[in-house]
Amino acid sequence: MLLIRCPWCGDRDEVEFRYGGQADVDYPADPERLDDTAWGNYLFVRANPLGTLTERWVHTAGCRRWFSVVRDTATNEMSPDIPSRRESR
Amino acid sequence: MTVLHRVESESGVADTATVTAERHSPLEHRVAEFERSAVHGPRGVRLAEEPFLTQLDLRMPPSGTALRAVSEELGLPVPAANRVSGDERQGLLWLGPDEWLLVAEEGRAGELLGVVRSAQQGEAGSAVDVSANRTTLRLSGPMAREVLEKVCSVDLHPRAFSTGHCAQTLLGRAVAVLWQVGREPEYRVLVRCSFANYLADLLLDAMAEFLPG
Amino acid sequence: MTSSPNPHRLNASVRSGRIDRARAIDCTVDGRRVRGHPGDTLASALLACGITEVGPSIHRGRARGVFTADCTEPNALVQRLDGCPEPMLPATELEIYEGLEVRTLSGVGWLSGQRDTAGYDKKFVRSDVVVVGAGPAGLAASLVAARGGARVMLIDQHRELGGTLPDGQAHVSGHPATEWVGRAARELAENENVRILTRSVALGCYDHNYLLVAERRAEHLPVWRSSGPRQRLWHVRAGQVVLATGAHERPLVFADNDRPGVMLASAVRSYVNRYAVLPGREGVVFTTSDSAYATALDLLSCGARVPAIVDTRAEPPARLVEQVRAAGAQVYPGSVVTAATGEPGVTGVRIAGLDGNGSLTGTPVEVGCDLLAVSGGWNPAVQLFAQSGGTVRWDPVVAGFVPDSPGGRSARVVGAARGTYDLAGCLAQGFAAGAEAATVAGFRVAPPAVPQVDGDRPVGRPRPVWAVPDESRPRRECTEHFVDLQRDATVADVHAATETGMRSVQHVKRYTTVSTGVEQGKSSGVNTIGVLAETLAASSPGEVGTTTFRPPYTPVPLALFAGRTRGPLYDPVRTTPMHTRHEQAGAVFEDVGQWKRARYYPKNGEDMETAVLRECAAARTGVALQDVSTLGRIEVVGSDAPVFLDRVYTNKFSNLPVGKARYGVMCGADGMVLDDGVSLRLAEDRYLMSTTTGGAAKVLDWLEEWLQTEWPKLDVYCTSVTEQWAAVAVVGPDSRTVVGRLAPELDVSAEGFGFMRFAETVLRNGVPARVARVSFSGELAFEVNVARWYGQALWDAAMEAGRDLGITPYGTETMHVLRAEKGFVIVGQDTDGTVTPLDLGMNWAVSRSKDFIGKRSLSRPEMLRADRKHLVGLLPVDGHSLLPEGAHLVDQRAPRRPPVPMLGHVTSSYRSAALGRTFALGLVSGGRERVGEVLRAPVGGTDIEVEVTTPVFYDEEGVRRDGAAQG
Ligand SMILES: [Zn+2]
Repeated sequence: MLLIRCPWCGDRDEVEFRYGGQADVDYPADPERLDDTAWGNYLFVRANPLGTLTERWVHTAGCRRWFSVVRDTATNEMSPDIPSRRESR
Repeated sequence: MTVLHRVESESGVADTATVTAERHSPLEHRVAEFERSAVHGPRGVRLAEEPFLTQLDLRMPPSGTALRAVSEELGLPVPAANRVSGDERQGLLWLGPDEWLLVAEEGRAGELLGVVRSAQQGEAGSAVDVSANRTTLRLSGPMAREVLEKVCSVDLHPRAFSTGHCAQTLLGRAVAVLWQVGREPEYRVLVRCSFANYLADLLLDAMAEFLPG
Repeated sequence: MTSSPNPHRLNASVRSGRIDRARAIDCTVDGRRVRGHPGDTLASALLACGITEVGPSIHRGRARGVFTADCTEPNALVQRLDGCPEPMLPATELEIYEGLEVRTLSGVGWLSGQRDTAGYDKKFVRSDVVVVGAGPAGLAASLVAARGGARVMLIDQHRELGGTLPDGQAHVSGHPATEWVGRAARELAENENVRILTRSVALGCYDHNYLLVAERRAEHLPVWRSSGPRQRLWHVRAGQVVLATGAHERPLVFADNDRPGVMLASAVRSYVNRYAVLPGREGVVFTTSDSAYATALDLLSCGARVPAIVDTRAEPPARLVEQVRAAGAQVYPGSVVTAATGEPGVTGVRIAGLDGNGSLTGTPVEVGCDLLAVSGGWNPAVQLFAQSGGTVRWDPVVAGFVPDSPGGRSARVVGAARGTYDLAGCLAQGFAAGAEAATVAGFRVAPPAVPQVDGDRPVGRPRPVWAVPDESRPRRECTEHFVDLQRDATVADVHAATETGMRSVQHVKRYTTVSTGVEQGKSSGVNTIGVLAETLAASSPGEVGTTTFRPPYTPVPLALFAGRTRGPLYDPVRTTPMHTRHEQAGAVFEDVGQWKRARYYPKNGEDMETAVLRECAAARTGVALQDVSTLGRIEVVGSDAPVFLDRVYTNKFSNLPVGKARYGVMCGADGMVLDDGVSLRLAEDRYLMSTTTGGAAKVLDWLEEWLQTEWPKLDVYCTSVTEQWAAVAVVGPDSRTVVGRLAPELDVSAEGFGFMRFAETVLRNGVPARVARVSFSGELAFEVNVARWYGQALWDAAMEAGRDLGITPYGTETMHVLRAEKGFVIVGQDTDGTVTPLDLGMNWAVSRSKDFIGKRSLSRPEMLRADRKHLVGLLPVDGHSLLPEGAHLVDQRAPRRPPVPMLGHVTSSYRSAALGRTFALGLVSGGRERVGEVLRAPVGGTDIEVEVTTPVFYDEEGVRRDGAAQG
């Protein structure tokens, strides 16, 4: 049971969250202009490193906010992602 | 004749004076059971339902003027994260960075919805009556924290959680809003109506240890 | 004159022991009465009674005796028969109580068929510093951390604190160590920030400092005295973890090393000092290191004889040798016990010399004894450390696997668990680790000075011997040299494994079953690794490595993991406010997710088929009523709500007028159908979206995901209002009459209240309501919504308003038939995550003029293939056969030998009252081009012929939804 730090609610058990996969996979601005390969990459291709991965979680049983963290996939050590582009509302 | 498309939707906010139908809370049939399960004294703990509390779900940008206006109109400061401002009669619970739950005594949804919406006027945000969405369980007594610790993984130690704190979390397998309202300790647990019986069963089971004999 | 019930109990003047001699406890073992005292384990009580033999071994039926005094016990395993029957309990850990009744086992217990009514509790707590093990190191760490103000949790397996100190004779600051333990225990108990869990096993240590701890709360009490839960599982989240888990003594491997009377040297000390029991009157000690000399001294000080101390080392420390010689023991340096003699119990040993190469020398001598105390060295208890991600290495100096320093993630390992066996060292490490852990957790504190101690202090290097050579036989024939007593596995077995070509310890473990018993390798593991290293000519056991350490540390009942999550609390049962009405009407319920929904309402003993035909007929010809309160509801509010819904639905919602409703389909980015439902436009900036019963939470998450992560600038807020509302569907030609009576202020005429309109009104009973003209059956239908707490009143009012019209409650089964007759899909039944709206023939709901989530995917080449599976209607040719849902569909000409090419499958299948026949929906490859074709559904050895049709079976023109049939 991982302990995940929701940036809003604080430290909570993993069961309160849902995993959202690799972070920073942006929805393409104009999907129609992407060829099939580029669109296929957006849909299906994700990083799967042994080591650090920036990934998304959503605090489903709490504040329902999405956020991203950096996790070492080998050790599960987690640290907050420094948002470079995400605007908070 | 009803106007087919009213812009302001106030449906569900009943003017109880003219209602002839009976209103039912999810746990009203369990009052006697709750009384039988109550334990008094230094290892006491009690469970009860507080039905029909007024609840409004408020969403607003945390930095906007609407939030300030709503807070002023209600006379309640904007609570910090995981905190409640006000008291049991009228409290504003932090649910998230742009979400709050206004909890007040029974029957005030229409009035408070009006206050909030007029204060929000022209700004982004929403106010939705969710009074019937959840019911409220009240767990109190010196062993109340011990009982909650059996079903909830949030740190409830007084160093981390005390009067005026709230948390949306899991109790067993049900999502609930936990609000400590008193030092004894005393908690309000706001839970969706369809989960109320499950949660009551779960808490009664957790309380059984303290029943004498 | 009666003989003493405890002939092996030492006089209190010799050893007081940690027992209460004033009280006696009687228990029953294999039908025999065994008397002990409070403080005894079953094993110590047996030994006090002079019973050394327990159940014979699992495969070979060899006599076995109590071997240890701890959780590594391989022999003395018992089945509890009283109270809550439980198998495979080590007698060495089982505290006796009045009425305890057990049977000794031969390595296999049995599960009771009796229902386990005991309570299994859970508790979730956080702690700044968690210390596992309350020996000297753990106590020291706890004391310091607590003094710093940290929330401390101290966990220990045993009834008492102190670890092995009560087993020994050490002194702290000039007083017996047990006094220091007592003071420490009091100081901790008086600190309100300290929680001490005794009789508690840390089962596992997981990522992010998560520990599971099994606490035995009532097991040492007779059933009649216990109240509250039997066991409690603590879910502990620690800021910092200190592991002071101690070490386990290793057995020694030689011929007939399994005889009753052979016992770990540390266990002998424990029985003598802690339990005041003398396990033998003539004890030979066979050791590879210093620690067993204390065993010899203990035996001697109790009046026992020690005819031989056999030490593998050629030059044991002179101080120890002098000490034991002075006390009357003879030391055999550079020697081994080659065999235990006697049967079934030990009556002597054969001793031979061992040269520097590990070969026997000289002529063996025989020495008589009734106890053989063995010490093959010590294994630091690194299980929790390794589970939490730490790696271990072989340390030749301590001859054991130790934490690879600094090692681990965040756990600090102290004392014997890291190979430190002297008391002063344990205290120093404990103090330092406790101070460090508390300081890191935010409670600054400095370690105190280590008090003056006088205790065991190993000085000589151990000389481990993994398997004593047999006097005559080669290894492959060493079938009485046991490496795992519980599994009856021998040196010959390990040898056989290597003969088959196995090299990995993991393989050898599984081949020989070594370490697969309840001790999980704690006693057998390292010896096996050592034997394997020698067989493979590896440089050290470190080269072979260990097997993986996995939780739980000791066996645990599965019931404890379940806790209160069983029976009715296994999963929440969600019910609507009308639930009691459905029960009163005799409804049969079905589970839809966690919801209990009425499936059908049998009357006068009807079966489902009859009831459903009746309910369907009512809906198509009269009026019927369904509770639809389980549908998900989300209020979508904000100036950008129209734009937002345009993006999440495949069809347009920005052009939906206020006061009107529209059906919408949602897709994932991959273009597959995610959910569907009707949304109402309440105001310019306000929609009420409905979702499927099962999809409510998923859809809200989905909306929030896009709002928060992709379109944070949109002014849109979503609020779940699923349970704010209760709703009924009033369906059928007479529904207009019923709703008119229900809501007298509402104009329900066809002209005044068109299809897909909604209105707000007040019902006759004064309850405000929202009424919508939506239909999931093709019939004239209304959905009436009220605040949740009026749900039952709404149901009653609708039943009353339709009584003279024969209003009929209907369940989900009828709803399914009605919608399937119209070809309306159910997401999750007719779709499975691989189906697009185009596959469903819903081109009409797919906008060409705007982008929406998943749109781009619909033009991927894969989505344009002609052989994609389409939703089609399926009519069994004979009109009576009911296709099973999930049945495969194959071409008539397809060969009947596997592999048979599959064309598709049946997704929904029913009997229809309206059609007077059976019908189905299905997904069929290129289905729309196959309309008119006859396919086969192989079912239970026969084929059902089915004709492919369009998916709409009933009222294709759609005239009934306005109640046209009513005229
Ligand atoms: Zn949160």
